[in-house]
Formats: sequence, C-alpha cells, structure tokens
Amino acid sequence: MERDKNFILGVYEDEDVLLDAITKVRKSGVKIHEVYSPFPVHGIDDVLGYKRSKLPIAAFLFGILGTSLALLMQFYMMKFDWPMIIGGKDFAGFPVFVPVTFELTVLLAAFGMVGVFFVSSNLKPWGQARIFDLRITDDKHVMAIDLAVNNSMEEESLEEVLKSSGASEVNKKSFE
Amino acid sequence: MQVTSSVREPLITGGKTLKDVTHDISRQVEGKPSIGWILGLLVSLGALGLGGLALAATLWEGIGMWGLNKTVGWAWDITNFVWWVGIGHAGTLISAVLLLFRQKWRMAINRAAEAMTIFAVICAAMFPVIHMGRPWVGAYWALPLPNTWGSLWVNFNSPLLWDVFAISTYFSVSLVFWYIGLIPDFATIRDRATGIRKSIYGALAFGWDGAAKTWSRYESVALILAGLATPLVLSVHTIVSFDFATSVIPGWHTTIFPPYFVAGAIFSGFAMVLTLMIITRKLFKLEDYITIGHIELMNIVIIITGSIVGIAYITEFFIAWYSGVAAEQYAFVNRAFGPYWWAYWSMMTCNVISPQLFWFKKIRTSIVLTFILSLVVNIGMWFERFVIIVTSLHRDFLPSSWAMFYPTWADVGVYLFTFGLFFTLFLLFAKFFPVINMAEVKSIVKSSSEKVTK
Repeated sequence: MERDKNFILGVYEDEDVLLDAITKVRKSGVKIHEVYSPFPVHGIDDVLGYKRSKLPIAAFLFGILGTSLALLMQFYMMKFDWPMIIGGKDFAGFPVFVPVTFELTVLLAAFGMVGVFFVSSNLKPWGQARIFDLRITDDKHVMAIDLAVNNSMEEESLEEVLKSSGASEVNKKSFE
Repeated sequence: MQVTSSVREPLITGGKTLKDVTHDISRQVEGKPSIGWILGLLVSLGALGLGGLALAATLWEGIGMWGLNKTVGWAWDITNFVWWVGIGHAGTLISAVLLLFRQKWRMAINRAAEAMTIFAVICAAMFPVIHMGRPWVGAYWALPLPNTWGSLWVNFNSPLLWDVFAISTYFSVSLVFWYIGLIPDFATIRDRATGIRKSIYGALAFGWDGAAKTWSRYESVALILAGLATPLVLSVHTIVSFDFATSVIPGWHTTIFPPYFVAGAIFSGFAMVLTLMIITRKLFKLEDYITIGHIELMNIVIIITGSIVGIAYITEFFIAWYSGVAAEQYAFVNRAFGPYWWAYWSMMTCNVISPQLFWFKKIRTSIVLTFILSLVVNIGMWFERFVIIVTSLHRDFLPSSWAMFYPTWADVGVYLFTFGLFFTLFLLFAKFFPVINMAEVKSIVKSSSEKVTK
C-alpha cells in the first residue's frame, strides 16, 4: 500500500465537534493527514499541532528589500546618474524620497509574501486540487487519515475512532 | 465554545445554514442573467460607447478638445481623477481597516467594495494618463525607465510622480487582496460546476483544496495584507493631496489637505458602496446578507467622515483668514461668493448638511432615503474636487489672466466613458464572480446569524 493514496475520511457537520474530534483522534494515536474545511476554523492549527506560519517573516524581508531598492534607485538616479537641480531643490533630499520608498516597501512586501504563500501552499493558475469530498467547499469538514501512515491500525478500528469522535459519516477515498 | 450575543443585531437573517449561503450566493453566478442585469449592462455599454467617442476624439486631436485654458490648466480631468480615487478608498477601508478592527459586519460587503475599489482606480488612473496628451509614450514619462530621448530619469521631487507610485501600488495590492479572497469561493463554484465552467473556475481557483494548513496561511496573508493596506489607504489620498498641497497656489497650499482628503475619500467611497450595495442586494435578492444593520453601520461611517469633512471646510476658511495672507483670504471669499459660488454651495449642502440627516434613526435605516443621500454625497464630493481645483486656479495672481472654465462635450464624454467602464466592469463582476465572500460569511453563520441569536 503506497503512501498518500488510500484514505479514510471522517465527515463533520460542525466546527466545534471537529475541533474536539481532532484532539480525540490524535490522542488515540492516529496520525491525521489533513483536515479540510469550507471556511477558516479558528484554533484548528493549535489542535492539529501546526507551527506558526513564517509568512510574516517573508513579508518583513521583502519589505526591507523594497525599502532598500527604492532608496538606492532614487539616490542613484537623482544624485549620481543624472544630477539636476529642479525648482532649486537639492539633488537628493531624503524627505522627498519618503513617499516612493513607502510605496515600494508595501508593494514588495505584499507581492513577496503572496508569492511565498502561493508557492508554499502549492496554489497556481490551473493548479489541480486533490478533492477529498466535493462538500468540503460547501458545508462539510473532512478529516483525512492516510491508511499507509497508520498501517499499524486496522481499517475498522480507524473507522471506529472517527465515528466515536463525532463524525457524521465515514467514507473511503482512493487516488490514482 | 459557541459565543452568541443577545444584544447585537444578527449579521445574517433568514435562519441560513452553510448550504444556504453557498446556494444563495452561487445562484447568481450559475443562473441565467436577470432582465435587470441585462438592461443595466446595455445602459453601461451605451455610456461606454458614447463616452468612447469623446475619448477617441481627445486622443486623436489632443487635449485641446477639453475646455482647459492657460489659466485653468486642470479642471474636469483632475477633478474626476481625485473623485474616482476617493471612491476607491472605501473598499480597502472595509477589507483592511475593518478586518484589523475585527468588525464582522464587513464580511458581507467587502468583496463588492474591493471590486469597486479596483474598478474605480482603473477609471481614476485613466485621467492623469490621458491628460498627458500623448498617453502612448506616457510610460516613459511616468516610470523610471532608462531612455535615450531626453531627461534621463523621472523627477522624484515631484508629487505627481509620487502619485504614479501610490496609485499603481494601491491598485496592484488591492487586486491581489481581492483575488486572494476570491480563491476559496472560486473553488466552491468549481466544485458545483460541470463542463467548461468547471475548467474556467478550476483555473481561477488555483487548485484550492480547503486544507487547514492552507487556511491557516491564508489567514496570516489576509491579516498582513490588511496591515500593509491600512497605511496604504491613508498614504494614497495623502499623496494625491500633495499634488495640491506642495504647490504655492492660494487655496491649495494647506497642511490640512492630507487628512481632509483621506476623510473625504472614505466619505465618498462609503457613499458609492451604499449606492451599489442597495442596488445589488435588491437585484440579486441578498437582503438576508446585506441587512438594514449593515446599511445603518455604513451610514454611521458617513456621519463621521462627513462631519470631519465639514470641519475641514470650516477650518480652511478660518486658517485663510487667520493667516493674514491677502491672496489666501481672497481665494476663500472667491470660492464662496465668486463666480463659482453655486459649486461651493452645492458642495456645502451635499457634504456638510445632508449627511447630518443620518443622525435620525428613521433616515439611516430607510433604504430609499439612504440611496438618495448616497447619490447626494457622491455629487457633493465631485463638487468638492471641482471647487478645490477650478476655483483656486481661475483667479490667477495677475488679474489680467483671470478666466473661467467651461466644460466641452469631450470633457463630459470622457467622464461618461469612465461611468460606462465602471458599471460595465461592476456588472460583469456581479454576474460572474460571487459578490459576497462565501467562506467568510460561513465562518460567522454559527455566531452571528439570526438562527443562533434568537
């Protein structure tokens, strides 16, 4: 049996039942592959044991890059490459560079972070999602358990764990 | 743990379930277009076509087609630019500032408001581009691109250039913010669709699968984007106001402009959101999601920003008098009692007096009166931009060059073109994209719907 191919799915109706179920299932020693929801469920990262996202760091670094590029560009163009006195103003007065620097900081921080988000979450145009259940994007929460990862446990006992945790349905799903 | 409030009005009425939310909001995207939508699109396309003639004439002949003269070098073009940019602000305010303040009532209106922002900024950006006269070479003048034709770099001392950076950043960040919000909803539509529609929405959904990990990252992205977009909202109109405030023209050279322009922008933006939302909720039967409560809250924002704008008008007058500068004093007396008195008093009536009517609960909870007043505010804000720009320019330092501005058919036509463009884009958005953020609304069904608060 290959990894990431055969799953048992627990379908949940309510986010509070789901949060409770995740804790129960993990306590019983079952490794959860992933949980799928139609909307962001608050607190789910904690119960699933996910670490905090590093996206804020990405945003900060890209922001710093934006600031540096903007200042370098403006000083280079105005002070060194083509110095010109316009309206009696200094070649390179720092205050006039503030607006453009601010905008480029925001621009690079936003685009850089979103780029990292797309790459890390494997989101891309024409990207193909592995659909565990069509109702995930409608009204159901689904907990997917990879049979290969939990091969020490019988299928029946996995189903039993899901049912006793409050799943309204337990289904199977295989991917090619 | 479920938290419900017995004192707050529910944000979703009609006892909706998660399935109802998907159904009600996807209905418009999946069904045939309504007669109202088709009529609206025809009218918008008509305006686009008619206005397009004026735009073509302007591009062909040059901006001599407009009513500008040597004294009044900016008039409807920049008035329309500032007006449209201002309208855009409510979208970002709703999606970013209200997200940071954890205002859940933004959820039903943020999607459409962000779309409005994007379309309004497209309309706004057209004006500075066209008024350069030869827009096809505009990129060389506006962006720091190396070229061999003359002055090698753009002038970073100029607020007009800051505008280029501000508007383009604002546009692109708003677009990304909007699109990220749309991805989960595209996935919902993808999973309900068949055939060609499945492939189109599948491509738009970027392979979204609803995984908890992705949702967690998605929420971080939304929060940081909101944090980035919040100062952006303030910076964009502040920078637009610098176009005037850094000059030495009496009536423009004032330090109050940045906050006053931002307040005015939010004021006009909310008025336009109300105008659009009142039509949309009726046309698409979304009364259970965009409730009277939502409309009332937006009207409260209108009272606040309208009052800030009103105080700014009065402060400007006071400071002009207090400065003791004769030219400054004259500029303001001329605004109120000079040849453009009608524009000034239209502005005062529409922007200072009319929003105060929203103090009455009966008025701010009335759909019809809100709709009328939202139009009045939009008209008033257009007059504000016109008054600032034209009345300050038409009386030059030299009385021999005093002049008046009269719009030509091309001025009116280009403005009409942007209306056609804005409403065409908005109607296409409303038909093919979910107008309400389904995923976000679903997240509050359990805590803020009528079903649980009862």
